[in-house]
Amino acid sequence: MANMEQILLEVKGLQKFFPIRRGILQRVVGQVRAVDDVTFHINQGETLSLVGESGCGKTTTSRCILRAIDPTAGEIYFRTDACEMLNIAALPESRVQPLRRCMQMIFQDPFSSLNPRMTLLDIVGEPLLVHGMTDHQERQDRVAELLQLVGMRPEYMQRFPHAFSGGQRQRIGIARALALNPRLVVADEPVSALDVSVQAQILNLLLKLQDQLGLTYLFVAHDLSVVKHISERVAVMYVGRIVEMATTEEIFGAPRHPYTEALLSSVPKPDPRLRSQRIVLEGEVADPANPPSGCYFHPRCRYATDICSEETPVQEEVETGHYVACHRAHELSLRGIARQ
Amino acid sequence: MHSEHKPLLSVRNLKTYFFQDEGTVKAVDGATFDVYPGKTLGVVGESGCGKSVTAQSILRIVDQPGRIVEGEIVLCCAKGTDVELTKLHPNSKEIRAIRGTEIGLVFQEPMTSFSPVHTVGNQIIEAIRLHCGISEREARAKAIETLRQVGIPKPERRIDEYAFELSGGLRQRAMIAVALSCDPRLLIADEPTTALDVTTQAQILDLLRRMQEQRGMAIMLITHNLGVIAEMADDVVVMYLGRVVEQGPVDAIFHSPKHPYTKALLRSIPSIESTPRVELPTISGSIPHPYNRPSGCPFFPRCPECIPGTCDTAEPTPIAVSEEQSVSCFLYPS
Amino acid sequence: MKETTPINPESTMASSPTETLPEEFATSRAEEQIAIATQWQLMWWRFRKHKLAMAGSIILILFYIVALTVDFLAYANPYTSEAQRSLMRPQAIHWFDNGKLSPHVYGVTGARDPKTFKRVYVTDLETKISVRLFAKGFEYKWLGFIPCNIHLIGVEDTRAEETLFVLGTDVQGRDLWSRLMYGTQTSLFIGLASVVLSLILGVALGGISGYYGGIIDTIIQRIIEILRSIPTIPLWLGLAAALPGTWSVQQVYLAITLIISLLGWTELARVVRGRFLSLRQEDFVMAARLAGCGQMRIIFRHMVPSFMSHIIAAMTLALPAMIISETSLSFLGLGLRPPAISWGVLLQDAQNIQALAISPWLLIPSIPVIIAVLAFNFVGDGLRDAADPYG
Repeated sequence: MANMEQILLEVKGLQKFFPIRRGILQRVVGQVRAVDDVTFHINQGETLSLVGESGCGKTTTSRCILRAIDPTAGEIYFRTDACEMLNIAALPESRVQPLRRCMQMIFQDPFSSLNPRMTLLDIVGEPLLVHGMTDHQERQDRVAELLQLVGMRPEYMQRFPHAFSGGQRQRIGIARALALNPRLVVADEPVSALDVSVQAQILNLLLKLQDQLGLTYLFVAHDLSVVKHISERVAVMYVGRIVEMATTEEIFGAPRHPYTEALLSSVPKPDPRLRSQRIVLEGEVADPANPPSGCYFHPRCRYATDICSEETPVQEEVETGHYVACHRAHELSLRGIARQ
Repeated sequence: MHSEHKPLLSVRNLKTYFFQDEGTVKAVDGATFDVYPGKTLGVVGESGCGKSVTAQSILRIVDQPGRIVEGEIVLCCAKGTDVELTKLHPNSKEIRAIRGTEIGLVFQEPMTSFSPVHTVGNQIIEAIRLHCGISEREARAKAIETLRQVGIPKPERRIDEYAFELSGGLRQRAMIAVALSCDPRLLIADEPTTALDVTTQAQILDLLRRMQEQRGMAIMLITHNLGVIAEMADDVVVMYLGRVVEQGPVDAIFHSPKHPYTKALLRSIPSIESTPRVELPTISGSIPHPYNRPSGCPFFPRCPECIPGTCDTAEPTPIAVSEEQSVSCFLYPS
Repeated sequence: MKETTPINPESTMASSPTETLPEEFATSRAEEQIAIATQWQLMWWRFRKHKLAMAGSIILILFYIVALTVDFLAYANPYTSEAQRSLMRPQAIHWFDNGKLSPHVYGVTGARDPKTFKRVYVTDLETKISVRLFAKGFEYKWLGFIPCNIHLIGVEDTRAEETLFVLGTDVQGRDLWSRLMYGTQTSLFIGLASVVLSLILGVALGGISGYYGGIIDTIIQRIIEILRSIPTIPLWLGLAAALPGTWSVQQVYLAITLIISLLGWTELARVVRGRFLSLRQEDFVMAARLAGCGQMRIIFRHMVPSFMSHIIAAMTLALPAMIISETSLSFLGLGLRPPAISWGVLLQDAQNIQALAISPWLLIPSIPVIIAVLAFNFVGDGLRDAADPYG
């Protein structure tokens, strides 16, 4: 599994804190620990999903990897074209810029992610232009090819985004992300703003493109059904930390962290015969500016013991490729989703 | 269906249109369904299907330039009298009395439904006093009790807080408290959990179910999430482009759907139960813009079972396929 | 209904197992037109629906046509004064003579009332002076270089200055209609020039403030707040009083424009800054950054086009304030000074109630002020509504 040759991206101890400022002098009075010591890797050609509820730091993590925001601490190793692992966490912007063609992003909101004042040709062609494809005809051909790849008519090139529906705009966004032949594509909730009947089209497209182009996806989502459908491995985040990470089958079939168990059981299943005995978590998601002691999940955890409120659990590999941060990972037997 | 009961709310051939410069949007175009006491009716559909406008029409809060052009909405009031809601003036005393006491409403975004300059408690107390006509102190006691019932911790303290001080989940609970404060017999919940995380969603759905058991009220649950419908509803109405395409008991809808749209919708959602990374069957195309709805059956351009010459010209009417299930589709002979 | 809907009706996107090219319904020509419409076209389509704004723009176009053709529209030299004609009331133009269309005015003879020493004017019904179109009058240079002496109206045989007083005359016997035309030119162009100057200042400072943020932003914002907290009238008083009395009309004109715009840029700067801040958050700006675009490209290709229309709307809304500023400054005697002519200068004559009681027509220059300000506000309103055609 963890064959070192295959690793495309490796994140070690990533932290991102946002200062809380108060008063006229804007003094820093605290920190929001949005991402707190996150470690994971992605292999070439696979899909890793980051799941969790709002505020768990999954989006912040993905933006740090893209260097859309600067991480507070930690290392992000990305395999460059020269096949060496380069730590991009602390590189200056000028050295990140050439790497941008290797990692691209698909946005959540198909309406705000396309500049309404530019035609499809300009939108999809812009990454090509800034990376040196100055010939207009060449660019136009490439844009036509890309539009075709995502299932859009090349004749639409002269149109503006307002002529398209959410699903079509998302396809345009995907075409733009693919323009530079990236190796890593970060998809931040790419289907959550779409209608149910359109979601499936986009998911199919993403899977098809991965097969065709050998893409690697970092998929950020909160919808577990979508995550299960698209990913090979899943990392579950809670208040800035990864609590569990394993293959999709193991996360869904045999979770080892109580939070994963509760999360799985909370998802309403589209079958009235499966009205389950849900585990309804009490209380609220912890505040990342003021997290509880020990394991951040312990106030809501029904298996919590004394040690959980005192010591922070460390991430350990309980089985090959199955990482859990829980004091009781070895003794608990948790409920997953029954396989049919 | 449920012939032994008289429906609490009965909607017949409701049509609500929006008259705009660009054209008329037929947001709701002939919706017919019943809500029974103590039961949950799930209304499911994608964007633009008219499910929210249906709820607004029932409460008579359709925004300009929308108007109910046809149909009737009969509410069976507590006193046993029937009231035709479409006949009432949207600002009349009668409808305002019904809004608080007979029908409660829960919105998708609780932040915008609370006034930022009044405390949560003030707004509940005001609603109680307006509709129940009791003293300030009694109303406050009742408000605290309601907040406690909806699971807000330390309601004595929370009652004096502002909506923005509460988290999303607590805010939605407070919203439910406002809706329940005058003991309505029908609760209309319009996407009550869409803005919430899954674990919070589970809490709110749980709360709604508990409140229904305790109070015996009917719930009209409007959502696009089929999972939520499967978990909560007794009966289901499936809407597409302003029309009810299929309705029936929840088990029949999920296990023997009849309308091609319902079938395709159920097939196309990735399920937490299903096999990963296989291609999902999809519905081709996307939802037409309301200005440009197709003639005939609204679903025919995307329908895999479309009958050329019939579906694109004539509009199907609801046909009973079983005692409790009906479908608007030409595939089923009347 | 309130869910997100694209402007254009849908075409199908087939997602059959083999993912073929999308088939689609025949899109009509109108839809195709919308699909390729630029933001300016979309804005125009939306602006057109705003009736008041359309009316306002027609009025403004007329106003600026007037401003460009004042010499043609005025029939009398605005500077020729004659004590003999002081404070004459507006003359009525009679259109028919013995059932024939023949516009004319009656002659007026003036005399001094021996008791009150007031000049009284008696209409002489015998003398008919016919008024004609495109008559010859005083010499002028159109747009400053085309010599011409044709005027819209005039009288035959005699000089218009002596016989025609459509809106009456002022204390010094100068024709009010002609002066009003020249005043319109001055006031409208001072407004425009001040707005352009404020725009340059506002966009530059607002842009720097919004783009860089941090300490620079704080400093600029505090400056704006200080400027806005100073009461305008005393500040004008101070600045205008500092203008040397020896300056020529043109120099004063420039100085006043400068003073008005130095105080007027704050509003525009705030609009620009606000836009910058909100655009920085937009996903498409982040997308451009992740695509590797440089800062200049992000600013000029993505951000500026996105708020250009808002700036134009804000400018149109700022113009009336500029015109009012000029008018009030001049009215108070601090702005333009005679012999310059502007709306404010003209209204100076209407400052005391006594003058008004005797000659109410001196108040006529306030009418164009009101109409212009209203028209600018309507147009600005319409532009603001149309400024974001994607909302």
